[in-house]
Amino acid sequence: MSTTTLPPAGEKTKPKSAPQISDRSKAERKLGWMLAGPAFAVMLLVTAYPILQAFYESLFDFRLTDPENRSFTWFSNYYVILTDQIWWTALGVTLFITVVTVAVELVLGFGLALVMVKALSSIRPVIRAAILIPYAVITVVSAFAWQFAFSLTSGFVNTWFSWVPGIGADTDWFGGQWSALFVICLAEIWKTTPFISLLLLAGLAQVPEVLQEAARVDGASWWQRLTKVTIPNMKAAIMVALLFRSLDAFRVFDSIFVMTNGANNTETVSFLAYRQTISRLEIGLGSAVSVLLFLCVVIICAVFIKGFKVDLSSTTGDK
Amino acid sequence: MSRREKNLWILGGIAIVVYALFPIAWIVSLSLKAPSDLSNGQFLPTNVSWENYELILTGGASDLFLPALRNSFGIVLIATAIAVFLAMFAAYAIARLDFPGKKLILSTALAVAIFPVISIVTPLFNLWRQIGLYDTWPGLIIPYLSLTLPISIWTLSAFFREIPWEMEQAAQVDGATTWQAFRKVIVPLAAPGVFTTAIIAFFIAWNDFVYGISLTSTDAARPVPAALGLFSGASQFESPTGGISAAAVVVTIPVVILVLLFQRRIVAGLTNGAVKG
Repeated sequence: MSTTTLPPAGEKTKPKSAPQISDRSKAERKLGWMLAGPAFAVMLLVTAYPILQAFYESLFDFRLTDPENRSFTWFSNYYVILTDQIWWTALGVTLFITVVTVAVELVLGFGLALVMVKALSSIRPVIRAAILIPYAVITVVSAFAWQFAFSLTSGFVNTWFSWVPGIGADTDWFGGQWSALFVICLAEIWKTTPFISLLLLAGLAQVPEVLQEAARVDGASWWQRLTKVTIPNMKAAIMVALLFRSLDAFRVFDSIFVMTNGANNTETVSFLAYRQTISRLEIGLGSAVSVLLFLCVVIICAVFIKGFKVDLSSTTGDK
Repeated sequence: MSRREKNLWILGGIAIVVYALFPIAWIVSLSLKAPSDLSNGQFLPTNVSWENYELILTGGASDLFLPALRNSFGIVLIATAIAVFLAMFAAYAIARLDFPGKKLILSTALAVAIFPVISIVTPLFNLWRQIGLYDTWPGLIIPYLSLTLPISIWTLSAFFREIPWEMEQAAQVDGATTWQAFRKVIVPLAAPGVFTTAIIAFFIAWNDFVYGISLTSTDAARPVPAALGLFSGASQFESPTGGISAAAVVVTIPVVILVLLFQRRIVAGLTNGAVKG
């Protein structure tokens, strides 16, 4: 392609990557955006627009039942929220659930992935199918299953574990903050460990077999091979799995709604936003909580990407 | 591998299967308990009873459950179809064309995928009320695209990258027309990826609870998870536990069947889209 054209005045070009644009690549650019544009536009429309709208509405003192008294109050909603104990409790509960579930899932998921790698090829499909089931079950259904199992009336846990000190027929798991959080975390862990283990499985597959073999020849024990060879070589996969699951765990809502409805200090940030907006119709306050939740997610992302050097471009496979 | 080691891994496998199926077995068992049997404190029912299924399919709870089932299927299928259709074009462009902005599109998809859903609900709740989309099918289909579209773009781009596109030219060299080359060579290669993507997107939208509970108020659009969440409040029976369990089993079975049939593809789709070295 020797025919080169100067870019039109309005069009910006990147000097380092494409100093000269051929007609063909110009057409390719146009086609690329024509094909991908609609999907891109829809994604922006369903996320960027609502969050901007939420930010705008968060600056108003506005209750849906009282539309006459809608007034612009700058950041007073944020002040109200950030000086209220409810917000900090919700944030604390959310962080607790996130840290506990993600930590347990990482260990458990790694174990599952190892078993899947080592399992005989004859039983591997069975394990793979089994592991996918929790992933595919609706979160609300899983939450109900665990709630009913621990419930005072319909549960079997109190009967089965009555030999454990402190557990009896009248142990009310959802009556206290810590015991309720324990059941909530259990349900979350059951449901989402398969996802993390699949990501780790893909990471395990990328560890070169040669390295394992070399370590084995050099006399490294199983544990040494795991900690010195396998894990360092799949650090990227582990970090991506951690990031995805942390963000997902931070949004926890379904299990809380089903199991405790936020009672006994088990309210999370998502649930707080829901309660302000949908139940109390406090659009201004609810929007402010939503914006704060969004900021938390951005901060978690930034910490992972800057702090732990998670390379997401390798994740998207766009190289 | 020594015999002992082998047995150990088999034991691990059995543990995984028990782990995965235990809560499912529990909810099935619970759904087969008669109301008087619900609080027997045991895992299994004393006598198997179909009462709960009658309740949700033909009995008093059927006007809550059946419309929800219809809404869920309709809304989720439409949202999945739109997402996969849009994502096909986007993924084709990402996999085959060279244009600036590829990275931007994939990063946007990632950002949308991790976006806190509740932050979208708050403004939509107010807006939908104003423009009349509250409690309608389109009022859920549009936000569901934020769930189905990003994962579709990712998974499909990963699948499309693996397609040997040279075969298209090869077919044309052998005398096929452009359309024939596309129809006979590319479509069969791309179809499994498209299908897998559709299943994964379907799972994610089928699982939604936040939109369902926030943006609907009647059985005009309320999907199953939201209906389940409201069972306790809306029905007049003494204990909704049995009905909820039976409904949970009914909505879980199709998904479990899909998983069993397409497990290999689903695993490939999930991991391709997420971790690609």
